[in-house]
Amino acid sequence: MAQREVDQTAIAQMRYGQGTSMDNNDRLRTIFADALGIDKDLVVDELEYNSIPEWDSVAHMALVAAIDEGFEIMLDTDDVIDMSSLSIARDILKKYDVEF
Amino acid sequence: MLTGKYALVTGANRGIGLAILKTLAQHGANVIGGARREGSLDDVCSELSDSCGIEATPVYFDVSQPDQVKAAFQKITRITKQLDIAVNNAGIMDSSLLAMARSEDIESVFATNVFGTIYVMQYAARMMIRHKSGSIINLSSIMGVNGAEGQVVYSGSKAAIIGITRSAAKELAPYQIRVNAIAPGFIDTDMVSSISEEIRRERVDSIKIQRIGTPEDVANCTLFLASDNAAYVTGQVVGVDGGMLV
Repeated sequence: MAQREVDQTAIAQMRYGQGTSMDNNDRLRTIFADALGIDKDLVVDELEYNSIPEWDSVAHMALVAAIDEGFEIMLDTDDVIDMSSLSIARDILKKYDVEF
Repeated sequence: MLTGKYALVTGANRGIGLAILKTLAQHGANVIGGARREGSLDDVCSELSDSCGIEATPVYFDVSQPDQVKAAFQKITRITKQLDIAVNNAGIMDSSLLAMARSEDIESVFATNVFGTIYVMQYAARMMIRHKSGSIINLSSIMGVNGAEGQVVYSGSKAAIIGITRSAAKELAPYQIRVNAIAPGFIDTDMVSSISEEIRRERVDSIKIQRIGTPEDVANCTLFLASDNAAYVTGQVVGVDGGMLV
């Protein structure tokens, strides 16, 4: 059991740089790229929900789950619905005391 | 069968929920018992930890309150990063005739049985999506499948569980999350202990297997649906009713 906890934490750290010097903006872009399966260069402020085939409703739930995990928070359902672009995601995360 | 997995069971302090909690623990799952009444699962979890060699943790919350559900899942994520099994068992009964069902009772039953199930599923699914695996099991009822006199409100809430289950199964299948429902028949719990011996006999007479069901009968079905033995089973409503006719 303890081993599994350690493994999961390690995986999250590898994925999203938790506990490292990776800044939160970079972490958020990494999460977007990972969850949507797109190149990180495509993760720009203008990126919006449903603007690319990769960010559909199915991917949105994976993105929300990845943000929960990456920032160790639990987004409110209203925020899940409102999170329609990278820049809005950043604004939402500020409510959860994530600094950018 | 479930060694190393983490399972949440709501309404776990008595009846079917308690049997499910114990059965999953006995088969190796680390269990998180959910209940409204503070302290009501402390002893059970302590005993299960000792006897089964697993991690058993109580989390107290009211499933009908979204804020409490969120807070509960914040606690759960501190226990484990990966939730493998979620059993939505918390529920309340109402036996009013249609003309006598009070609005506050209708709202209360639906708040717990239906809205509570959805709230828990929302957060459980998010934890499961991260790892692209999981099993959600919702407790419906034979009343939700067939209806019964004096059960308009309860039946309605349990019928809703079937729609929720089938819809969520379709929505979550891409993430390899299975969603199934169990529809128990006449089960020997506190909920039915108050009925008269005559009605009890009538009910048993309507059961093809000719006995009242036990919470363990339901728990064993839950164990199957929670396990990898049911890896290709999703969107199903499994009757655990001994062939009961309603």
